[in-house]
Amino acid sequence: MKRTSPFSWMTPVTTGLIGGVVALFLCLVGIVEASLGRYVITGIVTMGQVFVLAVYAIFAMQAAQKAAPGQDEKPAPFRTLASGAISGLMISVVLAIFVLLGQQIDLRAVFIHATPVLYDLLTFGLGVPQGIFVLLGFGILMGVLFGAMALLPSALRRSLGAGLIAVPLVAVIYSSLFSGRGLSAFQALAVFVVVGLALFLWGRYQQPVRARANALPARQQRSMRLGLWVVAILFVLALPALGTYPSEVLVITGIFVLMGLGLNIVVGYAGLLDLGYVAFFAIGAYVMAILTSPEITWFPFSGNFWIALPFAVLAATLAGVILGIPVLNMRGDYLAIVTLGFGEIIRLVALSDWLKPLIGGSNGITQIPKPVVFGFSFDNPQKLYYIVVIGCVIAAFIATRLKYSRLGRNWMAIREDEDVAQAMGIDLVRNKLMAFATGAALSGLAGALFATKLTSIYPHSFNLLVSINVLAVIIVGGLGSIPGVIIGAVALVGLPELLREFAEYRLLVYGAVLVFMMLKRPEGLLPEARRKLELHELSPDVAE
Amino acid sequence: MPPLLNARDVTKRFGGLTAVNKLNVEIEENAIHSIIGPNGAGKTTFFNCVTGFYRHEEGTVLFKGEPLDGMQPDRITREGIGRTYQNIRLFQNMTVIENVMVGYQSHLHSGWIGAVFHTRGQRDEEKRAVEEARKMLAFVGLAGRGDWMSKNLPYGDQRRLEIGRALATKPDLLLLDEPAAGMNPSETVDLMEFIKRLRSELGITVLLIEHHMQVVMSISDKVTVMDFGEKIAEGTPQEVQNNPMVIEAYLGKGATEYGTVGSH
Repeated sequence: MKRTSPFSWMTPVTTGLIGGVVALFLCLVGIVEASLGRYVITGIVTMGQVFVLAVYAIFAMQAAQKAAPGQDEKPAPFRTLASGAISGLMISVVLAIFVLLGQQIDLRAVFIHATPVLYDLLTFGLGVPQGIFVLLGFGILMGVLFGAMALLPSALRRSLGAGLIAVPLVAVIYSSLFSGRGLSAFQALAVFVVVGLALFLWGRYQQPVRARANALPARQQRSMRLGLWVVAILFVLALPALGTYPSEVLVITGIFVLMGLGLNIVVGYAGLLDLGYVAFFAIGAYVMAILTSPEITWFPFSGNFWIALPFAVLAATLAGVILGIPVLNMRGDYLAIVTLGFGEIIRLVALSDWLKPLIGGSNGITQIPKPVVFGFSFDNPQKLYYIVVIGCVIAAFIATRLKYSRLGRNWMAIREDEDVAQAMGIDLVRNKLMAFATGAALSGLAGALFATKLTSIYPHSFNLLVSINVLAVIIVGGLGSIPGVIIGAVALVGLPELLREFAEYRLLVYGAVLVFMMLKRPEGLLPEARRKLELHELSPDVAE
Repeated sequence: MPPLLNARDVTKRFGGLTAVNKLNVEIEENAIHSIIGPNGAGKTTFFNCVTGFYRHEEGTVLFKGEPLDGMQPDRITREGIGRTYQNIRLFQNMTVIENVMVGYQSHLHSGWIGAVFHTRGQRDEEKRAVEEARKMLAFVGLAGRGDWMSKNLPYGDQRRLEIGRALATKPDLLLLDEPAAGMNPSETVDLMEFIKRLRSELGITVLLIEHHMQVVMSISDKVTVMDFGEKIAEGTPQEVQNNPMVIEAYLGKGATEYGTVGSH
């Protein structure tokens, strides 16, 4: 006879209470209010409401899933739905207590975001006694609805979830890039259906499709792969057609991809935690500025972008070597602290009065020209984007080639066990220096592009946060993974750039995302796949 | 002919503790030489001095007649000394074949430029490295396991892989630190045969730390016994088994009357 596993009714209660605290936190910190102006579905749902809804969804599903029996056990739909309902109710209870409290005491003295607008939102504009009941009822309803998702087969659940996530995501991109308005109800429905259906079909037919693709003759497979590449390349090349502002975002994202690829070599491949990565970025930018800006009169030479670029990269590489030699004998935490210090030193030197006559101190350097090729000037983000893409492609190429080489294996060995790596005859300092210098070179390249994009640079652009951002990009994307860097940069740099009303919550979101990733998916969004070396590179009859 | 490895008066102290005290060991070329002794006798410390992970305060270690003192471990490996570890230390998140290829790396030459531009030399070299690594896997009995993540190998295979990785550095002298630890009797017999093959097929001299007396006594040409950092006996397995000092070190005072070490 099938049995159900033991279950405590306290679980949904605590899950719901935690959810309530999270929802309350989002409200009080101001995220909800800040995004009330941005419609997801015009006239119906705003981003602020989506945030609160998301809390209900996540925690109700969590509670329901905990209550749902395992696969070989007897199903317990009532228990599952009730758990969802209880957790939804508990979220509402927390919010309701907050609203009631707010009626009695002026919470705004402490929490500046506890505004009437917020109370209005939470009580559905109905005022205190009625609104509270509606809120509680709403909680139960949401709990049951999202709890019901735990009863669905996992393929269906995943497609529904993806569809639900896609709607606000598409809406945000759509509204910040084009219209300033949200989607219409019909468009939202279309997005939901298309994304959900696509994912459902993919999950369902993925294996047969793959099998059929693999069964094709080698020539056709190759042309199919070629076709996919062509589509991908065309897609990347067509992106600036979105307009000036999206291109601007793309350029910034690309610069972070470039830095991420570089830092990935240092941290992801060789396992050297470098927290001062911004230093090389700054050096690249400053060298570019000094060599090209007409403002700099003390330097006898003033060239164009293309002449300055190799020098910027070279200077950053050299700085990497010079810093690397003394510090690379240190391990883990010590290395992190020393590089952290180095990053700050470079910024403070750039800011100092001592170098002010040369590089402008806090006034920075302005009038950095745009790249020109045969009279064609890359003078707007749409054109500059292509230079950044070329940079990223070169960087990705170098990173891939290095990864699958003797050097890459040595780095991996050092990351795994430094002592043993040395006992295998690996010269630690030399190999680490290679990683460090390659990373620095790519950062220098990114810095040079950054300088020419902004046309002016200031020391405050090169603070510790840049290093932290790049590190977050590669961790979220998946340490050591090249596609991961791109996904990470899009998620952590591109998207927040679109949601500009959240600028002040950016770090909060970073923190939350990092904690979540470490708990739920420590390998990153797109972890590196290990290459099959032995069985596929050579015919199997070489050794035997 | 001078000994392949000649340790003269090697002394290593940790604060007040003298872990190795004026140790003299000579390892003849093509020998299988064992170092035995109770736990904490200083055997692994001696290994670490030879391979450069510890700096001995006094004495000198000559390898092929040249002093190794003060050299970095990677340099010593390139001079021709390979080693394994008491507690297996593989590169866990690398594949089996990658582990071997890392061992092989000091015999490859391509660098940054070769890797990025895939020069002809680099491609040929990589191909050769993969082939050599596959041969090595076949030699240690891991053929076909090359794409496994090394942490997923069963315990005995991890030991083999560690030896294969050390062999890939092409050593003249191989230091094995308790290779039979944790093996069952049949695996132990295989291991003994394998160590003999190292000498007969690859011409490698083996220095072995081992607690498993059956292994030590049946394959060693010479046995050095350590206790409290000092050498207390040395000789052929028979000589050592009958040495009263050795029996005392292993079984305590008064045990001499009851029997000999390793005769069970």
